[in-house]
Amino acid sequence: MEILGLVNYALFMAIFIAIYALLALGLNIQWGFAGLFNAGIAGFFAVGAYTSAILSTAADDGRIGGFDLHFLLGWFGAMLAAGLIAWPIGKICLRFRSDYLAIATIGVAEIIRLVIKSEPVLTNGARGISGIPRPAGDIGYMESQIAYLAIVLAVLAAAYFLVERQFNAPWGRMMRAIRDNESAAKAMGKDVEFRRLEAFIFGAALMGLAGAMFAHFNRSITPEAIDPMVATFLVWIMLILGGSGNNRGAIVGAAVVWIIWSVSEIATDRLPHEYAVQAKYIRLFLIGLMLQLVLRFRPEGLLPEPLRGDRRTSQSGTEPH
Amino acid sequence: MDLLELINFYLIPGIVLGSIYALGAVGITLIFAILRYAHLAHGDLATLGAFIALAVVTSLGISPLVALPFAIIATGAVAIGIDKVFYEHLRERPKIVTVMASLGIALMVRSVVQVVWGVDTQTYSRGIVRPEDYFGLRIRDREIYTVLAMVALVGVLQLFLTRSKWGKAMRAMSDNPNLALLSGIDNKKVVMLTWGIAGGLCAASGFFLGLNTELKSMMGWHMLLPMFAAAILGGVGRVEGAVLGGLIVGIAEEMSVLFIPSEYKAAMAFAILLFMLLVRPTGLLKGKVL
Repeated sequence: MEILGLVNYALFMAIFIAIYALLALGLNIQWGFAGLFNAGIAGFFAVGAYTSAILSTAADDGRIGGFDLHFLLGWFGAMLAAGLIAWPIGKICLRFRSDYLAIATIGVAEIIRLVIKSEPVLTNGARGISGIPRPAGDIGYMESQIAYLAIVLAVLAAAYFLVERQFNAPWGRMMRAIRDNESAAKAMGKDVEFRRLEAFIFGAALMGLAGAMFAHFNRSITPEAIDPMVATFLVWIMLILGGSGNNRGAIVGAAVVWIIWSVSEIATDRLPHEYAVQAKYIRLFLIGLMLQLVLRFRPEGLLPEPLRGDRRTSQSGTEPH
Repeated sequence: MDLLELINFYLIPGIVLGSIYALGAVGITLIFAILRYAHLAHGDLATLGAFIALAVVTSLGISPLVALPFAIIATGAVAIGIDKVFYEHLRERPKIVTVMASLGIALMVRSVVQVVWGVDTQTYSRGIVRPEDYFGLRIRDREIYTVLAMVALVGVLQLFLTRSKWGKAMRAMSDNPNLALLSGIDNKKVVMLTWGIAGGLCAASGFFLGLNTELKSMMGWHMLLPMFAAAILGGVGRVEGAVLGGLIVGIAEEMSVLFIPSEYKAAMAFAILLFMLLVRPTGLLKGKVL
């Protein structure tokens, strides 16, 4: 029984790590490739989760949908919706320095939170949407967990290979050129704003997909399912610690940070109740401190951005940003 | 609805809220102009200031307004400390790295507030304050204090920036940092001064929000967007612009209830922000665009 519980916990954790790794990959496209600061990751995640929930649940009288579509269509819809929300924001903000995008994405996440809370027709309000079908969900519990992990890992692997391929393709080279020296890239005739918009939308779509996978895993989605600030921040620290600009780094970072985060939760849960509440905030403080330390002492992360071409031979000590 | 009702229920609360935003926006605009990055921990620093004032009120048993100077000084010192410990060594790196660090600081400051003061709602003083009647205008004392304090603090700051040596140095850094450094301005002192002023104004902003509503650990974070909208609306780097922007955002938020569902009040700031970036990124009073 003990071993079964442990296996179960490991499965649970692996699924979460894979979902967070997808988020970190999405952020890597935005920040690692293109140097765009997205502080509203949780917003795109939530849009993906709710879109897929609305598309794939059975019809309900109280709200729009569900449309009872296949879950794959739901996931596709989630990517589309997150990308569609990213588009106007990017269009307006990417003309300026990334600071403006940071502020605007905080705003987007806030608006999405408001809409989820106050539009029951769309999201069923505080009760959330339940009965979201889970692929391979009607077999035994353990088998179903394993099957879902396999699906999530397959999606992650596909995303990784596609993103890695883009990174090594001329497109990735151009994105890094834009990131590292905008005026030079512009002088070479690159459409800087449009390329940034591409990176922002692709990244957001991946975040939406991660949201959808989360919703289907839990079989339900409620406004309280994730703490927006904590989720956004965890993804950031995953990418920075893992190594921004390195896709493997993003995945490693997701695993390391999520394991630290969940193990510390187990530790604090054992504390007496009067300390347990405070311990939760101390954990938040420490994760914030961790970011400061990484930024100061190892800004390139665990797995630094691979240097290619000329940069490999001249091996300068520059950091990605 | 008659005019008096409109003024009493929408315009006056709007001006009060706007003054609170203005205090924070002035700090944001100074940091944006002199240090050249968006400081995302500004809202949570305001929360800290408000709670420091609460600690002074409860431990010394003095009236909140007397506690305000303590909070201003303490929060200014905290801001300088945060800069020394966490931001200073990032100065040579791209500015966006500091923006990221400040997001982490926001989380850290908030968790300190949550550990020390808990997450429950608190107030400076109990009981309901009834508004006084001035020729039909219903205004509470604390609302008068808020607006007066904002005008006084910004007035003093404006005098400091235009008349004193260090104020001029700050403006020089904002206009042209290289030229300022060449003419012998002490960069480090200007940075310290900027943080002291911004931190102090933050505390005032958080304090008056707490005085007019209540103290919550998330109060500052929710003010961040309106404060940035105010700074950009007024024009980055323009102190008087930040005040104007703050007042407009505050009044727009309160008035918005007349046209859109009240749940979306907080969306007004965001709409103003996007609109300004779209049509006039320099702001109303021709500020900088980074």
